[in-house]
Amino acid sequence: MSLVMDKENVFLTSFDRLERRWSVDSPPWVQRLRRAAMAHFVETGFPTTGHEEWRFTDVSPLVDVSFEPARPPSQLPAPEELEEAASLPKGSRRIVFVNGHYQHDLSTGRAAAKGVLVGRLAEAIRTRRDLVEPHLGRHAGYQDQPFVALNTAFLDDGALVYLAPGTVVEEPIHVLYVWTATDRASVAHPRNLIVAESHAEAQIVETYLGLGEDVSFTNVVTEIVLAPGAIVDHYKLQREGREAFHMGTVQVQQQRESTFSSHLISLGGSLVRNETNTRLAGEGCRSTLNGLYMAAGRQHMDSRTRIDHEKPHCQSRELYKGILDDRAKGVFNGKIFVHQDAQKTDAKQTNQTLLLSDRAQINTKPQLEIFADDVKCTHGATVGQLDEEALFYLRSRGIAHERARNLLVYAFTNEVVRSIRLEPIRAQLGQILLAARGLPADTPIEETS
Amino acid sequence: MLKVTDLHAEVGGQQILHGIDLEVKAGEVHAIMGPNGSGKSTFAQILAGRDTYQVTRGEVVYRDKNLLEMDPEERACEGVFLAFQYPVAIPGISNTYFLKAALNAIRRHRGLEQLDAIDFLSLVREKTKLLRIEAGLLERPVNDGFSGGEKKRNEIFQMAVLEPTLAILDETDSGLDIDALKVVASGVNSLRSPDRAFLVVTHYQRLLNYIVPDRVHVLYDGRIVRSGGKELALELEEKGYGFLGGDPEA
Repeated sequence: MSLVMDKENVFLTSFDRLERRWSVDSPPWVQRLRRAAMAHFVETGFPTTGHEEWRFTDVSPLVDVSFEPARPPSQLPAPEELEEAASLPKGSRRIVFVNGHYQHDLSTGRAAAKGVLVGRLAEAIRTRRDLVEPHLGRHAGYQDQPFVALNTAFLDDGALVYLAPGTVVEEPIHVLYVWTATDRASVAHPRNLIVAESHAEAQIVETYLGLGEDVSFTNVVTEIVLAPGAIVDHYKLQREGREAFHMGTVQVQQQRESTFSSHLISLGGSLVRNETNTRLAGEGCRSTLNGLYMAAGRQHMDSRTRIDHEKPHCQSRELYKGILDDRAKGVFNGKIFVHQDAQKTDAKQTNQTLLLSDRAQINTKPQLEIFADDVKCTHGATVGQLDEEALFYLRSRGIAHERARNLLVYAFTNEVVRSIRLEPIRAQLGQILLAARGLPADTPIEETS
Repeated sequence: MLKVTDLHAEVGGQQILHGIDLEVKAGEVHAIMGPNGSGKSTFAQILAGRDTYQVTRGEVVYRDKNLLEMDPEERACEGVFLAFQYPVAIPGISNTYFLKAALNAIRRHRGLEQLDAIDFLSLVREKTKLLRIEAGLLERPVNDGFSGGEKKRNEIFQMAVLEPTLAILDETDSGLDIDALKVVASGVNSLRSPDRAFLVVTHYQRLLNYIVPDRVHVLYDGRIVRSGGKELALELEEKGYGFLGGDPEA
């Protein structure tokens, strides 16, 4: 810990302060986890563009801000305001954090069914060590992940979803993180843990929302564990304000014959990076990683995925689409590792980016490393502009230029929306994307193709 | 209704139209024939407002207005319709939605009320019968995965719903078998009226057996080289385009 740099020092100072407070009721194993992660972070520091994994994403705008740990909000949004802003269905089951702090009164919904636990991680750490300790911090490694290290160092609270064996939850579970006015640049490090025991099924929606205009930094890690035969559909909607920084990692561990799907929708923020990684650690797993990034102005959005095919007979499908306007920058990096043991792997990856302006930029990099010999792996990346022929076709039927453009952009994004199985979420996302293009809400969402 | 005078146009610096003169009156059907590369499709696309082509000289007056000054959508709202030679597929937007958006844009321009879902649906049902279009086709994305014949029928179906004043059919017959051709032609014929004009662009005379034109023009090397009655089409069918200028084609 000899090479403490200035920028990291900001975090080290608040770490020391918070750690004293946390140590009162944190179990020793969590304290050890935090300290080890902090030590690692202090040693490695923030990444620079000199690191291969950070070549196209310069975090110095974030590093230059002196963030303070977010304080509890002085004022809370009304439940209706939240539902409206987050496009949440009325009365849906939800757990809500405002400025990183759990809000009991806003966390509502029907009482959890038998075999389902939806609550605070902070509480579960104290009361349900049996459920938490086998998983927390065991999947999202921080060795090569500075922001995961930072998150782990500040690990305190977040959402815990636990599904006992065979539990099937029909209704989606919403996890909502909202920023309201903070008066100062604030940081929160939410930590989520989702555990689906054997043959359990659930849909979980994480939404990140900005209601205030202040500079904020969300540094979130979600660990998801699927026991044999479990089915989890995970959605992450990042809709923070234009002054927001967002670093997120979703780390998934899949056991035999489990089925996981991820939809990562990135709309807000100024500097955003999302990693979605899954390890297919048992035979016969299926994994779908889909995503959509839409950036304009000077937004920077980095989307990364890593799929580790570790065992035979697993299937992965990946579709990431992006729309970049103005001077926005996008990065896509999709890694697929097919380990030696993973014969009969079937992997397909697609990345398509639409550039709406001459100054928008995308760096896209598919990366396949295959160590097995009997596999089927394909990947493809395209970068293009709006189809002029299609634009003329719409206009020649009377549809105004701007509307025609928006319709085509919407149509491009629609492929990702269509792949969503759950109707309420498909509709919700459809509405968000229509609004993003200034299109009326009654535009139908295409069901077939 | 439409008066084209000395129309010159180029694409990428290459001159394609070398002075077209044409007058079409309300209620008339004009056929534009000519070999490949004569400029037929360019002419059709220019009338609809495609900006890849630059008009370098001449003018086009449509219902007393300067057509060349209008955006494509404005032309559509004023009643110009182009049935595309190669209709564009748009995955992600349903045919029904597309058509409703188009119809309501045109109605708004004309100061008419917007059609609600129920009125729109009954209008669409009526027109689908006319063109023997399966209802399933309407729910599919625009032209996506359509067969060649389905695409062409879809164009005429759109025309039937949008009820243009000037309809331009660009090689609507190409790629159609004889049954589909008859369906398309009867769709067009049912729309013929004293206040509507048609410009039928075609390479072959075949379509004109079913859509009988008032006038036939032969476009050759960017100019109209001959005009006549419907019998001119038969003459072309017999002699081919070769006799026009020693071109061995067709």
